[in-house]
Amino acid sequence: MLIGKAPQFKSSEITPRERFLNRRSLIFGGLAAAGLAYEWHQKMPPLYTPSVYAATKLTTVPGQPSLSGETVTPVGKATSYNNYYEFGTDKADPKANAGKLHTRPWTVQLEGLINNPKTVDVDTLMRYKPLEDRTYRFRCVEAWSMIIPWVGYPLAELIKFADPQPSAKYVQFISLADHKQMELPGGFDWPYSEGLRMDEAMNPLTLLTFGSYGQTLENQQGAPVRVIVPWKYGFKSAKAIVKIRFTDKQPHTTWNDMGPDEYGFYSNVNPGHDHPRWSQAHERRIDTAVFPHSVATLPFNGYGEQVAGLYKGMDLNRNF
Amino acid sequence: MTTKTIRILKPVVFVLTLLPFLGILVAFRNDTLGTDPVQAITHYTGDWAVWTLLASLVITPVRRFVPKLGWLIRFRRMMGLFAFFYATMHLLTYVLLFSGFDLPGALVALRAGDLHTVRQDWVAVWPTMVEDVAKRRFIQVGLASYVILLALAVTSPQFVMMKMGGKSWQTLHRMVYFAAVLAAIHYWWMVKKGVTTPWKDSAVLAVLLLARWAYVLLKKKPPVRAVAVA
Repeated sequence: MLIGKAPQFKSSEITPRERFLNRRSLIFGGLAAAGLAYEWHQKMPPLYTPSVYAATKLTTVPGQPSLSGETVTPVGKATSYNNYYEFGTDKADPKANAGKLHTRPWTVQLEGLINNPKTVDVDTLMRYKPLEDRTYRFRCVEAWSMIIPWVGYPLAELIKFADPQPSAKYVQFISLADHKQMELPGGFDWPYSEGLRMDEAMNPLTLLTFGSYGQTLENQQGAPVRVIVPWKYGFKSAKAIVKIRFTDKQPHTTWNDMGPDEYGFYSNVNPGHDHPRWSQAHERRIDTAVFPHSVATLPFNGYGEQVAGLYKGMDLNRNF
Repeated sequence: MTTKTIRILKPVVFVLTLLPFLGILVAFRNDTLGTDPVQAITHYTGDWAVWTLLASLVITPVRRFVPKLGWLIRFRRMMGLFAFFYATMHLLTYVLLFSGFDLPGALVALRAGDLHTVRQDWVAVWPTMVEDVAKRRFIQVGLASYVILLALAVTSPQFVMMKMGGKSWQTLHRMVYFAAVLAAIHYWWMVKKGVTTPWKDSAVLAVLLLARWAYVLLKKKPPVRAVAVA
């Protein structure tokens, strides 16, 4: 299996060694660093597709389900209005500050109650299955929403690869927390942690996401890899994932730690269950209109047909 | 500061304090209100309501500690009324945009003379607002603060003050402290956990309240010992 060999590169190992040493540019002291960077960028062995940074076009196949007929949020709005507290608490902060983040090299560690614990390079991960175009509703807990064409493949594929043991009941996502590259405001217990029940994580809607709008994710969107769980409030969809841990107990989740009365573990989109400080019955749909239109919020964000069965017999007002 | 200078200065200060509001209109025209204009306008009008309210509160302590600046009193009512103005914009933003009322849709319907749709939309969002007022603490304190500002604005003209009599007018207008404190609480209860943006406004308010308290303490003459009369 391709993914089984997930190589761990150092940049020095990427360029063939003799060419690396023979580079004339290395002789000129000051130029060396620039030359090295240029070399690394230009002469990457084909095995490792060069620097798949943000705004690289991705080859995709159509995916199902995917919305059609709703106005897609302009990419400029989707990439300038983000809740990503690692880069600051204002929604304009992530775009301003996330440029510092290096998304390569990047690995994702699969660990916990699985038969196939591995550290996988993100580019290997990205090529593991065909990338699908999936246009989903995105509903923030703050009562605004967008329509975003994501690019990725079902998380279920990676879970099957990880091969969970029968005792694994939950999947925890740990995001990067690096003081050198992020603001990491006080008051939060970084790194960001999110989690899903195993059956939620295995649902075909749950997308391991590498891109949007046909390109790799922008840093402020959670590059290089995140999950998208479209029937839950946005904060459930962890960004910049470095660890996926399989556990037998419900993992702690960051916003639930901050306010258990405001942000439940499930946090399914539910117009009938208010946030203590605002109604969830409506949402401001951010699309091409100057003033967002007010749209009635749908149970499970309109994905009830696919996911309502997961919560059969549960009181969703208590398990909000 | 002569009366003449103040007369010239007043319209200047008026226009300057109105600029933030004009800024919204320009931003709307140029479509630079950002991705979520409703939230942007809500925060912006709320900020300016608090800032103008703090500006009105800063005048009295400054006059007390720097008697030379006594003329600032001539601008206090204007600042207070601006606070009321921006608070009204803030409230209107909530009612007409934030509540879920479809203002763009309503404007289109109005232009077509279709009052029925506007009414229907209104009837649909009304319960949400009633529920907000009934259930949400931060909205309750915000509304209470607004009601105080409304009462102060209505009683702000000179002739009303005359009619009320200085003493009771002053008692009523001391409610401005409650309005400011409620506004600060409104802000703190509104923001998400972990967000500390309201601290600056709160710190300024705390300093202003402490300055008043300090003044009262300083002004108090040492207690006169009661002389026992045989």
